[in-house]
Order: sequence, then structure tokens, then C-alpha cells
Amino acid sequence: MSNAKHYLAAEADIDISSVSLSFSARAWSSIKKDKIAFLSVMIVIFLMLVAIFAPWFAPKDPLFQYPEGLSKIGAPQGPGSHFFLGTDQNGRDVLSRLIFGARVSLTVGVVATALASLIGVVIGTVSGYLGGWIESILMRLTDVVLSFPLLLFCIALIAVTGPSTKNVVLVIAFAYWTYLARIIRSQVLSLKEREFVIAARSLGLTTPQIIRRHIIPHLIPTIIVYSTLGVATSILIEASLSFLGIGVPLPQPSWGEMISEGQKYFQSAPWLLVAPGVTMIIAVLAFNLMGDWLTDLFDASTKVAQR
Amino acid sequence: MTLKIASGDETSVMSLNSVSVSFPSGDGMDEVVHSISFSIGVGERVGLVGESGSGKSLTARAMMHLVPKPGAVTGGAIEISGSAISQTDSKLKWRGSEVAIITQDPLSSLNPLVKVGIQISEMLIQHKGMSKSEANVESEKLLRSVGFPDPVRTMKQYPNSLSGGMRQRVALAIAISCRPKLLIADEPTTSLDVTIQSQVLDLLEKMSTENRMAVLLISHDLAVVSNFCERVIVMYDGRIVESGTIVEIINRPKHPYTQALIASVPNLFDTQRTRLETIPGSPPTSGKIQEGCSFAPRCIRGTAICINETPVLVSNQDLQSQVSCHHPIEWGQE
Amino acid sequence: MTTTEKLLVSVNDLCVHFRGNPKNFKAQIIKAVDGVSFEISRGETLGIAGESGSGKSTLARTLIGINKPTSGSIKILGEEVSKYSNASLRPIRKKIQMVFQDPYDSLDPRFTVAQSIAEGLQIRNVPKSEISSEVMKLLSVVKLSNSLATRFPSQLSGGQRQRVAIARSLATKPDLIICDEAVAALDVSVRAQILNLLQDIQEQTGVSYLFISHDLSTLRYISKNVAIMYGGRIVEFGNSDAVLTNPQHPYTRALINSVPTLSGVREHRNRIIGEPPDPANLPTGCSFSPRCNESISQCSVQTPKLLQISPLCKVACHVRFPHAENEASEGGKNYV
Repeated sequence: MSNAKHYLAAEADIDISSVSLSFSARAWSSIKKDKIAFLSVMIVIFLMLVAIFAPWFAPKDPLFQYPEGLSKIGAPQGPGSHFFLGTDQNGRDVLSRLIFGARVSLTVGVVATALASLIGVVIGTVSGYLGGWIESILMRLTDVVLSFPLLLFCIALIAVTGPSTKNVVLVIAFAYWTYLARIIRSQVLSLKEREFVIAARSLGLTTPQIIRRHIIPHLIPTIIVYSTLGVATSILIEASLSFLGIGVPLPQPSWGEMISEGQKYFQSAPWLLVAPGVTMIIAVLAFNLMGDWLTDLFDASTKVAQR
Repeated sequence: MTLKIASGDETSVMSLNSVSVSFPSGDGMDEVVHSISFSIGVGERVGLVGESGSGKSLTARAMMHLVPKPGAVTGGAIEISGSAISQTDSKLKWRGSEVAIITQDPLSSLNPLVKVGIQISEMLIQHKGMSKSEANVESEKLLRSVGFPDPVRTMKQYPNSLSGGMRQRVALAIAISCRPKLLIADEPTTSLDVTIQSQVLDLLEKMSTENRMAVLLISHDLAVVSNFCERVIVMYDGRIVESGTIVEIINRPKHPYTQALIASVPNLFDTQRTRLETIPGSPPTSGKIQEGCSFAPRCIRGTAICINETPVLVSNQDLQSQVSCHHPIEWGQE
Repeated sequence: MTTTEKLLVSVNDLCVHFRGNPKNFKAQIIKAVDGVSFEISRGETLGIAGESGSGKSTLARTLIGINKPTSGSIKILGEEVSKYSNASLRPIRKKIQMVFQDPYDSLDPRFTVAQSIAEGLQIRNVPKSEISSEVMKLLSVVKLSNSLATRFPSQLSGGQRQRVAIARSLATKPDLIICDEAVAALDVSVRAQILNLLQDIQEQTGVSYLFISHDLSTLRYISKNVAIMYGGRIVEFGNSDAVLTNPQHPYTRALINSVPTLSGVREHRNRIIGEPPDPANLPTGCSFSPRCNESISQCSVQTPKLLQISPLCKVACHVRFPHAENEASEGGKNYV
């Protein structure tokens, strides 16, 4: 298990002819060294757990307007022993709303990104591998969608479809697939020229067989990385739409909506803005940093495998 | 009796004395180049031959103190013109001016975003303290001397618009710009066409003769080395197994590996079509220090002592050749 | 006259031109292969020598159907395949296989050795139950131990990978294997092993080889006939011993003079000047004429035809055939 081999291989002087570290072993050793990556992965896992098990995590009902949540003059309570992060202007528990808001954000984020990845991979692979007029049409379509700023496009689509959680998911997916399609297409273009793909063609395999066996498996690292970053982007977009009031409809708690309300009460009840704001920053940052770490991880592994 | 290299030896351009290169591994350091010693005289053309895993490229890097991190030179001393160069010497001014290197892929050593002329002038301004206009004139002369018929035009071009052979000539021009005493050429023609290869080698020879520049030609191609060099060093698994003059090595190889290497190269002018002799197995990649001769598993002359005891580099009477083998091939007296 | 049975491949006046990016607003035609004719018989090894821009790799890829011919004919076992679509080419593909130059890239890094070889077997519709034993058989043909079947390419050396590539190409039971610089990236000692292996396989199975290499010594060793390519055309063709000991074409002579040989002497043979031609911008007439020290006026005007100069050799050179023009128009010794 000598690291010397990897460096020597890079010298193109020496072959690697014994077992190279498996991917999971490498991932494990990398994350042990990189504190930030470790933290971000922990946060992501934590958020996923919170989102899935929201009813168990949340101390109170997020929709219920607790009479004891408001002071005698009807003002929201600050963080305390009863309500850990305080209450909002309707007496609802901020912490519980935050937890159920996480559920909304992550559900939208993951589902929208998964859908966008599916569309993006299909379009990217087909246009990259087949080329010709198919590629031209698909790429021009991609260009059209890409020419709109992402958020504005989503706003416009929501205006057409009407706000609802399902529509938010669809709208984000429909806007985001283009980023993936472009990346996948350029990867496929270079994969197409690799000798093992040409060897597969010369063997006489059909195009679907080649794409399925030799192209798609090599795209998986890219897909994973861009999906992780996509979740971060989707969370932001969903929050923006909800902030504007055209996202997830009330009374579903959403971080964006909480921020929108919170800014009104910033002077008197700052925790209403700070709690969802900080949570969102941490969540988006965690996904982005995890995406960065995965990029480096996959980069190193392809370098080793190739030489 | 190992070859003694006198320190402070002014007649050698560069000498390596028991130099080792190691890389960190799971349990300590793996030594991949084991205690190499050799020297290169003024204007001498020496070849360094070896296959994958022989450590020849790493040796070249060690000579330039360019061993890729986290590897390091872990033993021995390197001297340039008799004075030792230390690894921690931050000045490293001798790089480029005393010792220069050209590599297999000139495109990776040339900056694709900078015009050729500027890349050469840079060297002259840095190392020789020339002014810009002086450097330009000198660059033109250099490009002409490496065979460009229109140097002014070439100076304005970017490396991408040049062919492989042309890029190698530019790399050569940059390398010799400061009239180094030693040029290390690490597989300089491996990626070039055969006709271009012979042009570049001719050019190297011309530069070497005109400028009294020593050349260390590193290659896996024994034929290329034999046409160009006066002396050859054969490496295997990080050690020198044999060294000597070209005539000696080609006609009277003493190490079984050298002999097998020669026999496995198809000869263009062989009418017999004798079946190529092969060396069973592959070159080693273990990178670990082991007792015994690392060629033993593949050697037809191997015996028990070869596996247990590492052979020592032994010179013959007149220090002309050395071999590291328990059972060297004996040739009759001349 | 050769019978169709013995003739595996018959290529006639093959041209493969590509449309390049327009330069200075002019459409560029890259003439990678420009009028090539040759034949390969059963059990024979034909060597093709050439440098960059000679068209040898394009020729190889056209024969296995990766590139489409622009004009000319390709006959495989008598069947004209130059105008076939991908679908019709599929049954033909089994008969011609290729071993690529880069042992690190020609195997999918995610496939085990057995999986890579099995892909070839699937093409032959070998039933699932037999695939494992067939893989083992092929591994023994290429002298690799069975234990390597579950390894990944990254765990093998260059020579071992190339053996796997050879085993994969043998899986479809081809009649012809094209070796495109198959040993160029290997160590010298390993190279000899692979060359010997290829010869052994030929003796056992009668497969033919089209061996493409820039290394004349290797070609002389392994092929009976050799074709020297330059600028997309064959400039000399014939028995390897004859061509390499007594070359007729100035380029072949220069090429031989440039090959370093294992001698203790610094030789100064007749070198060659200039660079190989750019396929997008071939010189008019003979593409070698700008670098040729024997060229006459006709050379830059008219492309020379490949004509028989001796029973064993053909050469395309005006200097050797000053009156070729007349002979060609009479349909004289022009070989087809």
C-alpha cells in the first residue's frame, strides 16, 4: 500500500501493478484529515435525519398557535426554556417550524435535483454521444433555458403554474437540468474518444449498449458532485420563492417564508430572522463544502486510475 | 571496490555519490533509488538506460533537485564542478545556468500562453542579467543555432502553433541559453517521429561539441543511446547494474540484464530473423529495499547467493567499466 | 491470381477525407488517406510504417469501421463493405479486430479482465454457461494466469494489459487483427514478449495481422510484406527484407537512415530535413518532394503512381519511373 507508487506512476516511469486503495478506503482517510469536509458531511447527514424524522425531533407542533407563546400584549417570546428558539408573531414554536421547514427544504432540494439530474443526464448523454442535428437542437434548447437567470425563470414558471410544493419541485427541476446537461455533454464528448469506447465500437456493440456499459458508469462521479451542489442551489431557490410568497404555500413552514416574516420584526424580535437565516446559511454551506470535497476525492481517483 | 569519486573534483561537471531517493509510505520511507554513484566529465556524453521502474527519471530529477514531493533525496551528496549543492539551498541559481534539463513532453515545459521569444529572453535576463534588447538578439541567435530558418518569426509564435520537433528545439534553445555545463535530456525524442528524432539528436550532438556541454541522455532505447553517447549506465530497480563505454556494453555486456536487453531488441539489419529473446516476467515495481539482486527472479544465471546477498558495484582494472553481479558474464582477454 | 478464399482484405484506391475547421474562411479538407491500395491474405502479416500525418492510424480505424471511407473500395472476404451502414457492418466487425496503442486506455478501468474479454465473447453469442471457461481458455492463450481474471486494469502492468487486449480481440475469432502501434508504449523487454506471443498465436490460429508501427525494426521482424506510408499514400510496398535492405523510395531510404541501431559507433548517415506534411495542406504532386534530395520538376506537379519496380516491390516515385506517365495511361504495370 505504498504511496510511492502513485507518485512514481505520475512520473510515467512506473506501472501500478498491485492493488490500489479502494474508493471507500480513500474517502475515509480523506475525511479524517479534512476537518471542514468532515464537519460539512456531518451537518448534511444531520439535516437529512432531521428532515426525515421531523416529528420526532420537533418538540412542539409547528402549526399550533400557542397562547402561552405570546406575551400579555401579544408580542412573540424570545428564546427560553419553554420555547428553545422563541415564538413567532402567531405564537408558534420557532424551533419546530425550523425543523419542519428543513423537511420542506430538503425534500424539495433532493427531489428537484434528482429530477433535474435525470433530465440533464439523458439530454447531455444523447447530445454528446450522437452529435449531429440532435445535438444541435438539444443544445440550442439548453442555451435558451440557460439564457434566463435561474431565479427569474423559476419565478416566471411559478407564475404560470401557480404556487404549490409540487410545482416548486417541477419548476426548479425544469430550470436546473440545463447546468447538468452541459457538463455531462462535455464529459461524454471526451469519453467518446477514449480508446476503450472505440474498442467497444469496434467489437460491434450497439450504441445503447456502449452508453449503458461504458459511458454512464464513468459519469457517476460528475453526477454525484453536481447533484450535491444542486441540492444547495435548490434550497436557495425554494427559499427565495417562499420568501417572495410564491413558493411553498402557507401554512407549511418554510425557511424562506420564515425569513420573509422575520425581517418585518427584526427590531423587536430579531430571533425570528436570525434563526432561519443562520440555519439556511449553514445548510447551503454544508452542501457546497461537501460537494467540493467530493470533487477533490473523485479527481484524485480518476488521476490514479488513468495512470 | 567501489568507484571512488573525489570530492572537490574539478574535472567532473556533476557527480553523484551514493545518492538515494525515497518516498514516504505506510510504514516509513520506501527507497526507490538506492545509493547511486556516478560522475559526468566536462563535455562528456553519458547515457542512462533503464525500463519502467528503473528509477532513471527520478535520478534525473534528483540531479536537478526537482524530486516531486513528498519524495526526497535521502542520502548521498551531489556535486557540481566539485562543489556540493545542498537540498536546502534556496538560491538554486545553478539550475538553468549550470545544469539544464529538457524532458519528453516539451509542451508541458513550455508556457502555452507566452510567446517563444519571451520564454527564451526570460532565461537570459534572469541568469545573465542581460537587458531586454540584448536578450532578444541572443534569442534570435539561439533559435537560429537550433535550426529555425526564420528566428524572428518563430519568436513571435506561441508553442501551440509549433510541431513536436519544433517545440523540442525551442526547449533546447531555452536549455542551452545560459551555456550550461550539463544538459540532462530525459527521453527527449521518445514522442517524436523517427526522422525528427534523428534531427534533434544531431542537433544535441552539435550543441554538445560546440559548447563543450556534457549531456546526460536518459532513454529506454538502447539504440538511441548507443548512437549518441560515449559511456552508458544501465539501471534496474533503482540501482546501477552496469556501466562502461558504449563499445564495451554493446559488444561485451557483463550483466545478464544488459545482455538480455540487447538480445530483445529487433535488429533492423538482421537477415536471420532470429526469434527475439525475452526476459520472463516484468520489471519490478515494489519500490522497497530488498536484500539480494532484484533481477534474480528473472535471471537465467541466478543462484541462491543472488537472492540472499545484494551484489556490489565492482569496477574492472582501469575503472572503465563496472558491474554489479554475483555471476557477471566473462569475456575472454582481448 | 489469388482466389477470394485466400484473400482476406482487398483495399482499392481508398480515400478518407475529413472536413476540417475553416481556416481564413476557406474550407479545409484533411486528406488523411489519399488513394491507398493493398491486399492481405490469410495467415499473412502486413506491416505499415509511417510517421505522423502518414494516415496509418486513419487507415486502421477505417478498416474497423470507426471512420467512413470517402471513396474507394474495401472488400472483406470478397464482400464490398465501404458503403455499409453501422448496422450492416456489425456481422463484419467480428472478422476484424484491433489492439490499440495505449494499454492504459484501451481497457475500461471499471471492467475486470474477465468482463472485458467476455464482451468479445458476447458478440459471438457464446452462451452464458460457457463464458467463464472460454475466458480462461483465452487467458491461457495469451499466457496470463487465471488468477488475473478478477483484477482491474489498474492492477496490471502495461504488458499484462496488452495481453488482455489481445485476448479480447481473439474472443470474436477474427480473421484479421490490426495492431495499431500495439507495442510502442511497452518496455523493450516486454515488447519482445508480446511480439513473440503474436507470432505464436498466428502459428496456432492462422490469424492475419495488419501491423502498424513507426518502428522499422519491429516491422521487419514480424511482417512478411511492408507498406511505407507518407502523406496519406503508400510510397513503397513489398517484401520487408527487400524493401528494408534495398529501399527504392527516397523517403524509405531517409527513414532507414534515421533509425538508430545498436552499434558502438556514432554513425552519420544521410539525414532528412524538414517536417512531415500537414494532411490539411499536402504539397501538390508527390507529397515528399519538398524534403526530397532527388526530386525533379515532375515531382511537384504530378502525384506518382505505385508501380512494380521488381518482382517483390512497388514504388511510387517519378525519379524511379521517369516515363511512368506513359505506362500508366497504357494501363501497364499499374497494380490493382
